[in-house]
Amino acid sequence: MARITLDHIRHAYGPAPKSPKDYALREVHHEWNDGGAYALLGPSGCGKTTLLNIISGLLQPSEGRILFDGKDVTYLSTQARNIAQVFQFPVIYDTMTVYDNLAFPLRNRAVPEAEVDRRVREMLEIIDLSGWSKRKAQGLTADQKQKISLGRGLVRNDVNAILFDEPLTVIDPHMKWVLRSQLKRLHKQFGFTMVYVTHDQTEALTFADKVVVMYDGQIVQIGTPAELFERPTHTFVGYFIGSPGMNVMPARVEGSAVVVGGERIALDYSPQIGAGDRAELGIRPEFIRIGREGMPVAVNRIEDIGRRRIVRADFQGQRIAIVASEDAEIPAEPRITFDPAAINIYANSWRVGREA
Amino acid sequence: MQKTWNNKAWFLVLPVLVLVAFSAVIPLMTVVNYSVQDTFGNNEFFWAGTDWFLEILHSDRFWEALQRNLFFSFVILALQIPLGIFIALNMPKSGIGVPVCLVLMALPLLIPWNVVGTIWQVFGRVDIGLLGYTLRALGVDYNYVRDPLDAWITIIVMDVWHWTSLVVLLCYAGLVSIPDAYYQAAKIDGASRWSVFRYIQLPKMKRVLLIAVLLRFMDSFMIYTEPFVVTGGGPGNSTTFLSIDLVKMAVGQFDLGPAAAMSIIYFLIILLLSWIFYTVMTSSDANG
Repeated sequence: MARITLDHIRHAYGPAPKSPKDYALREVHHEWNDGGAYALLGPSGCGKTTLLNIISGLLQPSEGRILFDGKDVTYLSTQARNIAQVFQFPVIYDTMTVYDNLAFPLRNRAVPEAEVDRRVREMLEIIDLSGWSKRKAQGLTADQKQKISLGRGLVRNDVNAILFDEPLTVIDPHMKWVLRSQLKRLHKQFGFTMVYVTHDQTEALTFADKVVVMYDGQIVQIGTPAELFERPTHTFVGYFIGSPGMNVMPARVEGSAVVVGGERIALDYSPQIGAGDRAELGIRPEFIRIGREGMPVAVNRIEDIGRRRIVRADFQGQRIAIVASEDAEIPAEPRITFDPAAINIYANSWRVGREA
Repeated sequence: MQKTWNNKAWFLVLPVLVLVAFSAVIPLMTVVNYSVQDTFGNNEFFWAGTDWFLEILHSDRFWEALQRNLFFSFVILALQIPLGIFIALNMPKSGIGVPVCLVLMALPLLIPWNVVGTIWQVFGRVDIGLLGYTLRALGVDYNYVRDPLDAWITIIVMDVWHWTSLVVLLCYAGLVSIPDAYYQAAKIDGASRWSVFRYIQLPKMKRVLLIAVLLRFMDSFMIYTEPFVVTGGGPGNSTTFLSIDLVKMAVGQFDLGPAAAMSIIYFLIILLLSWIFYTVMTSSDANG
């Protein structure tokens, strides 16, 4: 298992990129810890699969270096990097038995047959397919096939990292949950470095220690699920994480207060914003209280989603969402208050820190 | 649930039934009719029973032609299938090369069969043909009109030229349908070039290969036009295949009864062999 260093990686699919727009991956410079579980989260086309393929070596970055444990592997082949990858659609060797599928990567590396047998049997136990070893892989269900794909990666116990490219896309919802928890258990047990690409936030948040949110070819935030929720560093993170996403509204900062439309909201700090910057206020629907006190709003619609209700309202000409508990009373002339600690101020879409 | 039984549904099958009846069933029945009767013209027929069948099955002429057919089909499959797979594997997967290759591959398939025969008949001639003349000039004793071996080689090379493209196109279609992830996974698993072929490409091509083998077997077993044009079945009887012999019998000698009996035997052999091919090639799927 290895620490992965991404050293100023940029990638463009076309030749001779000039402007930042030509890059599928604009600039990635980060270090991922040995044994960590990282989820790459972002919408389609944000560059997450490009980044994954650069780590796996299926793609060579246009610029920058990639290091495993401090060793430069940028120009090494996938095989030489010793990584494993699980793809979106289960890749299995149809004509082989389950056993042979798992033995394949070991036999290719000329591991002695006794050792192959020992490790394959162990892996069959781990992925719960012991009874299926003699079966042809062809007739299995999608989740069993995906487990074989995973097993083929894990059976090589010296892999530097295991990469997952939206591996649960074709799995039934109830099996998704089972596989996800199995994966999490395996990660705890073996401590491999794990990079997981997904566009499903629930998947990313439940699975990873650190979620890497990507947007438009760059990493906008790396953080624990709690950090992403409470302190989104970019308005995109606020919008993308959480359901419904963060309310973002144009604002003006005046000292230690922020003005939205005609309302002045006191803050517990003074955000430093440049003169020409576009200022915005972000607050999650969970931190807006609706009641008889505070600033007036016009309620448009109330969605009952079981244990909570989502109130869609107009506030100073902005559409906002408010999460209210099921039994909360919504008066005829409702008013709202913002939890001052949960207010984030953004300058040109990037969060302005409290310390600054 | 109560299902309503509606006999009117059968009317929907009627058009196809009529079409197939006129195109296949009625002609086939005519042949069956001829095969069990004898005639001396004047539209007079006499019952002959299985006489013609026995006569065909006891004639050396039939068995020799059948042997030639089997050998020819065997050689054709042994050459065209591996060659077709090999070419398909080496065809470009993207870029301008794809349409260029596909068009080049399709060209021989677009030429009418008798024209293919004529092309090779002229091509191989020792007096004016490019191939025949060049071989002669190089000192090779080549003459497909006189030497049975040369005649066979000419016909086989012609058929390979004409039909390998079909195998290539079918295999290529099978190959391009393999998702990239398979190749990437194989790379990660450290698979060799041979393993990629054996465990990814070949299994994925299996279905199209089955079609290719069946088509090439049936077509080569029924070969008529090209050898008829090039060699006319000669020299001697060395390239007289069942189809050529059949035409000689029916049109040349006007022996309708034996010709009809031979047609039916011929038809049953093709049916039987195709069924065997199909069963053998799909059986491994069933065990899976």
